[in-house]
Amino acid sequence: MPDLILEHEEIVEQSTTRTYYTRFSLGQRYLHGVVMATFLGLALTGMVLRFSRSGWGSSFAGVVGGFGAILFFHKFCAVILSAAFLVHLGDVLHRGLIQRDKGTFWGPNSMVPNLKDLKDLYGHLRWFFWRGPQPKFEHFAYWEKFDYWAVFWGMGIIGFSGYIMWFSTLFAKVLPGSWLNIALLIHGEEALLAVWFIFAIHFFNTHLRPGSFPMDLVIFTGSENDAEMKEKRSGEYQRLAGADQLEARKTFAPTRWLKNFGRTMGAVVIVIGFVLLWLTVASFVKGQ
Amino acid sequence: MLHVAAALLLALGTAGGAAAGASKGVDCLSCHADQSLTDQAGHSVYVDQAKHKASVHGSLSCTDCHSDISDYPHPEKLSQVACETCHSSEAGDVDASMHKKAASPSCLACHNSPHEIVPVSDPRSPVYQLNVPRTCGTCHGNQDFAKQHGLANVYQGYMDSIHGFALNKSGLLVAASCVSCHGSHKILSHKDPQSRTYRTNIPNTCGSCHAGTKAEYFAGIHGRKLNAGDTKAPVCIDCHTAHQISRAENVAWQAKTPATCGSCHKKQLSTYSDSFHAQVSALGYVEVARCGNCHRNHEILPASDPKSSVAPANLVATCSRCHAGANASFVSYRPHADTRDMKSFPALYFSARFMNLLLGGVLSFFGLHTILWFIRSVVHQAGNHASVDTNA
Repeated sequence: MPDLILEHEEIVEQSTTRTYYTRFSLGQRYLHGVVMATFLGLALTGMVLRFSRSGWGSSFAGVVGGFGAILFFHKFCAVILSAAFLVHLGDVLHRGLIQRDKGTFWGPNSMVPNLKDLKDLYGHLRWFFWRGPQPKFEHFAYWEKFDYWAVFWGMGIIGFSGYIMWFSTLFAKVLPGSWLNIALLIHGEEALLAVWFIFAIHFFNTHLRPGSFPMDLVIFTGSENDAEMKEKRSGEYQRLAGADQLEARKTFAPTRWLKNFGRTMGAVVIVIGFVLLWLTVASFVKGQ
Repeated sequence: MLHVAAALLLALGTAGGAAAGASKGVDCLSCHADQSLTDQAGHSVYVDQAKHKASVHGSLSCTDCHSDISDYPHPEKLSQVACETCHSSEAGDVDASMHKKAASPSCLACHNSPHEIVPVSDPRSPVYQLNVPRTCGTCHGNQDFAKQHGLANVYQGYMDSIHGFALNKSGLLVAASCVSCHGSHKILSHKDPQSRTYRTNIPNTCGSCHAGTKAEYFAGIHGRKLNAGDTKAPVCIDCHTAHQISRAENVAWQAKTPATCGSCHKKQLSTYSDSFHAQVSALGYVEVARCGNCHRNHEILPASDPKSSVAPANLVATCSRCHAGANASFVSYRPHADTRDMKSFPALYFSARFMNLLLGGVLSFFGLHTILWFIRSVVHQAGNHASVDTNA
């Protein structure tokens, strides 16, 4: 059984000779966990309504316990996700505006796009066509920033339009009722974009592409080893090494329990996501 | 007529003529009381005297109906009894009906054994209200028969309907049986303008029981159009079907109502389908507005009519039935907004186009980006492995 032996050697090698560096804080990992779980709940219950004329939509609604249950789960997940969004926003603003941490809005660890992201995108596209070297990505690569801002914008837009519909009579006291038409349109379309983007593009970019396949566990374990870091984020690795800051990022190798937890969670979410991706694309093509 | 004939025959009987001897019935029964007695073809010619005495014809003697018998022994082959001799009005109706045209059933096909006919109010009668569907069903519930005569097989549909259920399961005499709508003797084709089931007569036929609904229907636009001579105006059966009529509270039926209305109101169905109301309704749940919740079910009026539930002045009241606290601004929501109609809904139209561009743009760009990345990465990985192999 050569595969097993190889895997065994890999584990031994990783845990003994590899150095591990922190990529995500515990808070960031929890935040991602909450966003992931609630997004999945929102996507499942929401897409059932978006494609209510499909057979799978009504079957799912029946299994969950009907329309009342679907709406309850949808709102339940929405409230938790909104809370997570506000906590994150509060944290970012606190760090950036009160603690005056300039790295929040500017620099290699910031989510704010900069000129290097444009250059990296251009360089990456050139690399796709064998026209240049792989760009040296920083802490957050351009597609990761896009993921972040897509979710950020999505939560704002989908959340706001969702609350407009939830409290429609209340909103109508300040806004014209015709906004409700636009609210449902944007809510559904933006949600469809989010579902397809996350379950196709995000899954591929972070987990399924060669180099990460079948799963990048870093969001669950919080750390990655030097080989992964050098391959995926050589810009950051070289910057930290050059400034003698690598040592400060060093951490313990993730425990087997944590890795298995990450594998299980990730696998479940990826499978559910792919099923929903398949169903929604099929229904969309059929015009349901 | 019937009484006159009976009295006349009674008089003849007491006179004691040759024919009168047979007409007493006593003599006939000296043979026909034998249960094993059959004609040449093997059909039983037994007559149950007790049952005959208890029947509506109990006061008549044999030769009143079998009038070609005047002596004994009588001919083996007798002519068919002519019910119309007495029942001329009913016979005339049958003659004008589909049944006569189809040359099929005789009186006995529905009224059963000629010697044992009981009044229609007697639960033993095959044409007693609760027995009518089964009696008609002996032919009309037979699939082969229906196919042979080009008839819709409606028996099972009726039996499963609210009418069939009320009649069979609840035993309600007021529930509609076949004859309640089709009549009994003068059953005409639904294509015949005289028929109770002719399109334009249907509201009155149904309305003979559903009087309140009939009044609402004729007050509404559908009934008004029908009265104005528009034969395409929907009548009861267009929405409720003719035989498989469901209880209006039935959730599955309610969930289907948008499709029912939409079979004529196509554009309205299409725009309704974009709404949250429709999404929930399509899942099979009826906690949301379907056509009738806003437009009413029978007294449907155009928005231009001040009495309409969807007239601008009544919208707040109509929407408030579900949306407590709805105000004038709230009802500016358009339940039938069309994302493809730039003139009527410019904001919605441009929002929809923007979302189309956003989805198309983001997914195309990153879709392509992902595919290219995948190809390049596979080659890159293969190269890495190759270089590792050569190094080793």
